[in-house]
Amino acid sequence: MAVKSYQAGVKEYRQTYWMPEYTPLDTDILACFKITPQAGVDREEVAAAVAAESSTGTWTTVWTDLLTDMDYYKGRAYRIEDVPGDDTCFYAFVAYPIDLFEEGSVVNVFTSLVGNVFGFKALRALRLEDIRFPIAYVKTCGGPPMGIQVERDILNKYGRPLLGCTIKPKLGLSAKNYGRAVYEVLRGGLDFSKDDENINSQPFMRWRQRFDFVQEATLKAEAETGERKGHYLNVTAATPEEMYKRAEHAKDIGAPIIMHDYITGGFCANTGLANWCRDNGMLLHIHRAMHAVIDRNPHHGIHFRVLAKILRLSGGDHLHSGTVVGKLEGDRAPTLGFVDLMRESFIPEDRSRGVFFDQDWGSMPGVLPVASGGIHVWHMPALVNIFGDDSVLQFGGGTLGHPWGNAAGACANRVALEACVQARNEGRELEKEGKEILTAAATHSPELRIAMETWKEIKFEFDTVDKLDIANK
Amino acid sequence: MAVQVYKGGTKYETFSYLPVMTADQVRRQIAYCISQGWNPSVEHAEKGALATQNYWFMWKLPFFGEQSVDAVLAELDACHREFPDQLVRFVAYDNYAQSQGMNFVVYR
Repeated sequence: MAVKSYQAGVKEYRQTYWMPEYTPLDTDILACFKITPQAGVDREEVAAAVAAESSTGTWTTVWTDLLTDMDYYKGRAYRIEDVPGDDTCFYAFVAYPIDLFEEGSVVNVFTSLVGNVFGFKALRALRLEDIRFPIAYVKTCGGPPMGIQVERDILNKYGRPLLGCTIKPKLGLSAKNYGRAVYEVLRGGLDFSKDDENINSQPFMRWRQRFDFVQEATLKAEAETGERKGHYLNVTAATPEEMYKRAEHAKDIGAPIIMHDYITGGFCANTGLANWCRDNGMLLHIHRAMHAVIDRNPHHGIHFRVLAKILRLSGGDHLHSGTVVGKLEGDRAPTLGFVDLMRESFIPEDRSRGVFFDQDWGSMPGVLPVASGGIHVWHMPALVNIFGDDSVLQFGGGTLGHPWGNAAGACANRVALEACVQARNEGRELEKEGKEILTAAATHSPELRIAMETWKEIKFEFDTVDKLDIANK
Repeated sequence: MAVQVYKGGTKYETFSYLPVMTADQVRRQIAYCISQGWNPSVEHAEKGALATQNYWFMWKLPFFGEQSVDAVLAELDACHREFPDQLVRFVAYDNYAQSQGMNFVVYR
């Protein structure tokens, strides 16, 4: 190793952190950033600056750099690419040695990769597009408490997507009335009902009464239908202590699944709760409130595929991932890209789906994508086609808004779902023949017929804000 | 609009919200499962058994590698003739996912 001497002062970042000849190691954590530099700053220098500020560097040379082997620990910007159809920005690829990060800590990974660097003045905007987690790092993380296969076995649901519903109105119901709404949707044919994310423990309905009434509703619906049911009890709370207290009570009364909001609740809390769920045999449903603040701007923030990967490492059995067809943002190809990243074992690089790196999860269990938000029976053929069997389809208004009530709404959705799965298995094209399939199913289900009449006209056809770069050309 | 009362009752998980399938419909589901590379199997249980009971009686061993839909239909039929008053379900084992790819009650 060459002997170095100390020279105080400011060096160009590129001298240390721009290494186009570098071949990433299998153990490196790789990141792809979309960088929008300030005018006049050249690409290599700003890419090197991002690598530096997200790893070992600071703005000036310090003598203590020479006490360690900086060439081992530094991040390296190793490639730059044009962004298709957008001259204002470019992609920079950075490799980080695995030893920069604490084992099993997505918190630590994010503190480096999306920390100070995002406020760096030489940048107009910065977006983390993707991260490749090496299998060596994946193995240090707990991941989903149960995973898709175990969840299917526990709940006895095979050969079809699972069906859920968020209880509405999202705020204001008393615990006992809320339990009634849960009972009705579960007895009508849903597998799950869900606390809205805003429901924690407000004055109108404290958590303990909600848990108790909901569990009574769940058990009664199970006894009546002979099918396994669950309600996602939201244990998101102000403090970890309070969160665990609620989780313990959910376990004590026999609930099979609890729920957490992993971004507002925090990654530290989420990882701890996932570990608790694994220890206590509980499924964990994950909501993603606040994600659109972070992932919707195409030039700044973090793409949702990164947030989804972080969740798979931190731990969760379900994750909301958009509907493509409903009331909330989401384009088809990139949605399919991160849905694969959530549930498959190996996902190859595929720019047409926004996947920038090969990702090998090894034996880490998969996460079920949850499609929820503004969907109703008419969307069922498309949803089954887009998401396939390993998914949870959640109809809130599309269940509770049925003219005959929750149970009929639930039944309509279940009939529609099973008719679509049956037709798909028979080789029919769901998105082309959806109308005929549903219409035929409705001849033996008055609940479905009324649902189809009620929601015929409602569509959400707005343009997507965050498109794949490739599609902007 | 008149509100129609929803009548619940015992269900048997996948496809139990649809009318009982015709022989031809059953055939097409089995063909799908075989095309997925899954292994067909037949199980039965006394009337009143619930879908949530994981372990029904196995009718023979799973038919590993069976490619003939007719052979599977014949086994379903033989099981039903042997136990005419019982529930009979079709199971498809997915050994890649180490789970069941399909599970539905044929005679209910």
